[in-house]
Amino acid sequence: MTGARRGAVMIGASAGALEVLSLILPRLESDFPLPVVVVVHVPPDRRSVLAAIFDAKCRLRAIEAEDKEPLAAGVICFAPPDYHLLIEDGDTIALSNEDQVLFSRPSIDVAFESAADVWGDAAIGIVLTGANQDGAMGLKAIAAAGGTAIVQDPGEAYARAMPEAAIAACPEALVLNADGILSYLQSIIR
Amino acid sequence: METFDRIEDIEIRLLLEALYHRYHYDFRNYAMSSIRRRLRQAREQMGVATISALQEAVLHDPDMLPKLLRYLTVQVSEMFRDPGYFRAIREKVVPHLKTYPSLKIWIAGCSSGEELYSFVILFREEGLEERTIFYATDINPDALAQAEAGVYQVDRIRLFTENHRRAGGRTSLSDHYRSGYDRCVFDRSLRRNVVFSDHSLVTDQVFGEMQLVSCRNVMIYFDRSLQDRAVGLFREALPRNGFLGLGAKETLRFSRHADAFRDFVREEKIYQRTGT
Ligand SMILES: C[S@@+](CC[C@H](N)C(=O)[O-])C[C@H]1O[C@@H](n2cnc3c(N)ncnc32)[C@H](O)[C@@H]1O
Repeated sequence: MTGARRGAVMIGASAGALEVLSLILPRLESDFPLPVVVVVHVPPDRRSVLAAIFDAKCRLRAIEAEDKEPLAAGVICFAPPDYHLLIEDGDTIALSNEDQVLFSRPSIDVAFESAADVWGDAAIGIVLTGANQDGAMGLKAIAAAGGTAIVQDPGEAYARAMPEAAIAACPEALVLNADGILSYLQSIIR
Repeated sequence: METFDRIEDIEIRLLLEALYHRYHYDFRNYAMSSIRRRLRQAREQMGVATISALQEAVLHDPDMLPKLLRYLTVQVSEMFRDPGYFRAIREKVVPHLKTYPSLKIWIAGCSSGEELYSFVILFREEGLEERTIFYATDINPDALAQAEAGVYQVDRIRLFTENHRRAGGRTSLSDHYRSGYDRCVFDRSLRRNVVFSDHSLVTDQVFGEMQLVSCRNVMIYFDRSLQDRAVGLFREALPRNGFLGLGAKETLRFSRHADAFRDFVREEKIYQRTGT
């Protein structure tokens, strides 16, 4: 595809995820130029309803990733329960059931680190609300590779621990509220 | 940073090449993202500075190989993992299997045996065990040895029992093992009809005709070309109407061999071989 952009928007969220994602994802236009990959901590033993919820709410298509799913611009891909999600060279998703990281599978760190490896400065990482430390190391890896690091303002987050940990690990990250994050993403189009 | 990453990727490729030439373990077409991650873990935990140092060590010291295999092959398993899968095998596949006088079942990438024992117990409950030969294969010799021993940590049994119940188990899981103070030993009679064997989906060939192949959470570690090879083996091993079961988030949608299978229980990733 000529003119296709490299990279993707990687979003990580935990406690309070549904509310903040609802402020961002449904407002993205249908010509959004990048794939969106979302890792939310969901319980392992249940089918996740996230993709269905957002597919109904969004102008973009939302799906739950299966192994070797190709990434496509304007498609929102959710990590499935009980698997780590990684980005492969050639822009496909690879799943893994190696051990939990920080008690989580899927792990935001695992996904973000693989995005940093594959896309370097074209990776965009966004850490949202959550009550743990996941995402901090991954965001740091994205920033170290020259990518864009964004964190939800902890003052606005439903649970502030995860954004705070991300800011501590990655002080250069942009700290924005949900509206600011949306504006940033909308500005990618231009 | 950029150059550091590139150097690391060169080192990984060289290490995988070295493993292939020295030991015939072929990880060259595995999904790079998770190989990279696990080799970084190996490097850190073995206290060496570079992936090249791992290569040096494993080339000259065969004792290093099992250690490295532990990182290169992910050994996470559970009995009756995804109970809905085993329930669908019981309710939808078993009625078909009952029409055959004898059965061959292949558990490919059986790891430490949890998936295998789940099948044997299910087949015993359904009255199929006596007419079945189970082939349990893997490339990791330590995992195969564990599968053959059938010994698991006692603290895992609660999960196994719950999964078994949710899979529609007709017996009590405790009918099938004896527990010591920290271990459970599964009944040796469960292994009466089992053949354990070292077999690689990457380098080895098909060894017979099977009525059911269960290969769960193995091909996620392969790239697409390797997945095509593995599914090609299953295609060859399965006669018309034979069954193939994959892991919960695996699919034949992206496979070169998609046409050779139809969905049988779509939500549980159970496929049936067509005539093509
Ligand atoms: C995550 S475990 C899956 C265990 C079990 N099937 C389950 O779903 O619970 C993956 C297994 O695949 C095995 N494996 C990796 N490469 C393989 C190959 N080329 N051929 C056969 N097995 C392989 C590994 O050694 C490991 O035991």
